[in-house]
Amino acid sequence: MPYRATKSFHSQRGQSIHIYIMPEKGMGLVMGKLLQNCAPISEALENFKKMRIVPFDVPGHKRGRGNPELTEFLGERCMSLDVNSMKPLDNLSHPTSVIKEAEELAAEAFGAGYAFFMIAGTTSCVQTMILYACKRGDKIILPRNVHRSAINALILCGAVPVYVNPAVNHELGIALGMSMRDVERAIEENPDAKAIFINNPTYYGICSNLKEITKLAHKHGMKVLVDEAHGTHFYFGKNLPVSAMAAGADMSSVSMHKSGGSLTQSSFLLTGKKINKDAVRQIINLSQTTSASYLLLSSLDLSRKRLALDGEQIFEKVKEMAQYARDEINDIGGYYAYSSELINGDTIFDFDTMKLSVNTLNIGLAGIEVYDILRDEYDIQIEFGDIGNILAYISVGDSYKDIERLVGALSEIARRYSKDKTGMMQHEYINPRVAVPPQQAFYADKEPLPILKSSGRISGEFVMSYPPGIPILAPGEEITSEIVDYINYAKEKGCFLTGTEDWQVDTIRVLKDK
Amino acid sequence: MELWYSERHTANVKLSIKVDRQLFSGKSDFQRIDVLESPEFGRFLTIDGYIMLTEKDEFIYHEMIVHPAMAVYPSAKRVLVIGAGDGGVVRELLHYPSVEHIDLVDIDEMVIEVCKKYLPQTACCLDNERVKIHIQDGLKYIRRCKDEYDVIIVDSTDPFGPGEGLFTKEFYGNCFKALRDDGIMVNQHESPFYPNDSIAMQRAHKRIVESFPISRVYQAHIPTYPSGHWLFGFASKQYHPIFDFDSKRWRDLNIKTRYYNTQLHVGSFALPNYVEELLEDVEEIG
Repeated sequence: MPYRATKSFHSQRGQSIHIYIMPEKGMGLVMGKLLQNCAPISEALENFKKMRIVPFDVPGHKRGRGNPELTEFLGERCMSLDVNSMKPLDNLSHPTSVIKEAEELAAEAFGAGYAFFMIAGTTSCVQTMILYACKRGDKIILPRNVHRSAINALILCGAVPVYVNPAVNHELGIALGMSMRDVERAIEENPDAKAIFINNPTYYGICSNLKEITKLAHKHGMKVLVDEAHGTHFYFGKNLPVSAMAAGADMSSVSMHKSGGSLTQSSFLLTGKKINKDAVRQIINLSQTTSASYLLLSSLDLSRKRLALDGEQIFEKVKEMAQYARDEINDIGGYYAYSSELINGDTIFDFDTMKLSVNTLNIGLAGIEVYDILRDEYDIQIEFGDIGNILAYISVGDSYKDIERLVGALSEIARRYSKDKTGMMQHEYINPRVAVPPQQAFYADKEPLPILKSSGRISGEFVMSYPPGIPILAPGEEITSEIVDYINYAKEKGCFLTGTEDWQVDTIRVLKDK
Repeated sequence: MELWYSERHTANVKLSIKVDRQLFSGKSDFQRIDVLESPEFGRFLTIDGYIMLTEKDEFIYHEMIVHPAMAVYPSAKRVLVIGAGDGGVVRELLHYPSVEHIDLVDIDEMVIEVCKKYLPQTACCLDNERVKIHIQDGLKYIRRCKDEYDVIIVDSTDPFGPGEGLFTKEFYGNCFKALRDDGIMVNQHESPFYPNDSIAMQRAHKRIVESFPISRVYQAHIPTYPSGHWLFGFASKQYHPIFDFDSKRWRDLNIKTRYYNTQLHVGSFALPNYVEELLEDVEEIG
């Protein structure tokens, strides 16, 4: 470990300066092994700053001096840490020193074989998992309520989706997990599938039977890929659903920037002990920038340290706050803030009690309407609202004082806006029929059609309501009248629809009839 | 020895008071609390470094946050006071024989304890049998109240810190719900003078206008508050602060005051033009 020695050199004034590159607390190394109270990347950045290196490399703002307005805006400290890969700071594409150490520490903290620092969001993790497990024409089993990034990966690599339709709770209007029976059938009918993809949990906090699915998939030689964008805390909190690595899964995508506290866009890709990490690195390097941001990298490093040391206690507090909010919201009447009482041993195998999902249909308002009122009238921004639910993200940054505001505002909304619930659309999830694999549909000859007249054709585009970013339609899927009605209803209620070339989402490009 | 307490009223203006000694300093779960003794203002209470009250000028604030509403509604029986752990509001309210019950809700028990010990001038009546103290977040307390109170008095700290929730639309809406059909809410309304205070004042006014059919603002002069020019909000479901004010009825109650009187009641609702403009700006948007 070349950067952990004490270095001495002479400053301009001739004073001898000693730089201690050992972790400052002095407890970081035991028998040559780093401990979780180290943050190798952040420490290397601190040391690098002290060395006062003269920059004749990129970035051109040169520690902020070349862009005073930006430096004033973001702060000098932030700009001085925005530096390039170099020997003392390692290189994310081919890590050999501090980044490698930080990745190994993260792997240990998450109980993974290896942990990759990812700086292009969990989207890049999901794409890496699928590109690693599948090539063109390979089958992959996945629930249809996956994030768009999973289907995007299918477009990139040409894999063919085998959808397991998630169960639906019609009362709440949410898609659930996959039932064991449906997974068994999908595996039996597609023994040649290379991988199975699982949400752990869904945006709403619902988990499938990850352990059993993993066991079954492995028995059939399939890789298990897990989207844990909303499950970072499973690795540290107590009495939470099982994490992918603990369940024996092969790879997992973890949004450290969601419940983990790192900067937006930073994530971990975890791999199991049997995965060839060098091969995974090659896939990552296909699309990863060669100028990785040290702001993002150090945020992952420090956040991992914090969770490894204090995660259990942090998430206990968050869980308590979420439970308090749920109890208070349920006390208002009309709203239903659901939790582990939904667990049914199969399609809701487990529930993430840190999530605060609230069904709004019984006060006669769509979730998206409550979402808008909260922001426009009460200055409260929540994570998302869909047709029947809202989700408020509770995290370590919250306080009971702020939760009182949310509950107070919801109680006012119920008092002022409650109406009859007839005419409220109940369901959120529509089973799609895949007519053509996504990649083929994406590159096929297409023609635009008004959405209203597109029923019966095959979509060449996505239609999504964002967030949560789960596609209503994906390329290659047949458009039905039910889907057209749903898109119209979502627009009417004020959902933010995206995905089509037409920004108004009035026309959709469909595959030309042959 | 020269010992001075200073409070920044803006980044460029500060008020300094010469201090004899510090009587108390402590940190609760919510805020830092200090009691100081000074030759000019007597004892004074600061929270997070900001003056809440001084013995010398607290009468102005407490008389003006209580009597205008009570003079319009002198038969009020049930009163809710939010904040006000120093006891000054309760002291003024207890002058009214019609008041049967006062619920006082303060989030911070330490404020109450410290005031009882060091500021008996305001805290003298907190143990009165007509007063019930609830240690709770005001926003949480009021969420469960419906059609219960004749008058609500919101004696909050500034909208940065624990008092923030008491300047929100959800709070004012819940106050509306907690009041009876002819109820009145009075709130500490910040100052119109320095920009940071006046923005908070406008935000509060906008949200109250959206929540109550009658919403007027009145003023008082409080030497130790930033700029000395302070406002109060009078929000009501039925009673107008001037048209429904019977000055003789109030004089007959024979309540002794040092600042408030019936002419000043009417006069305090006459505001300087620039203040009227600030208020109108947000009334139009609302």
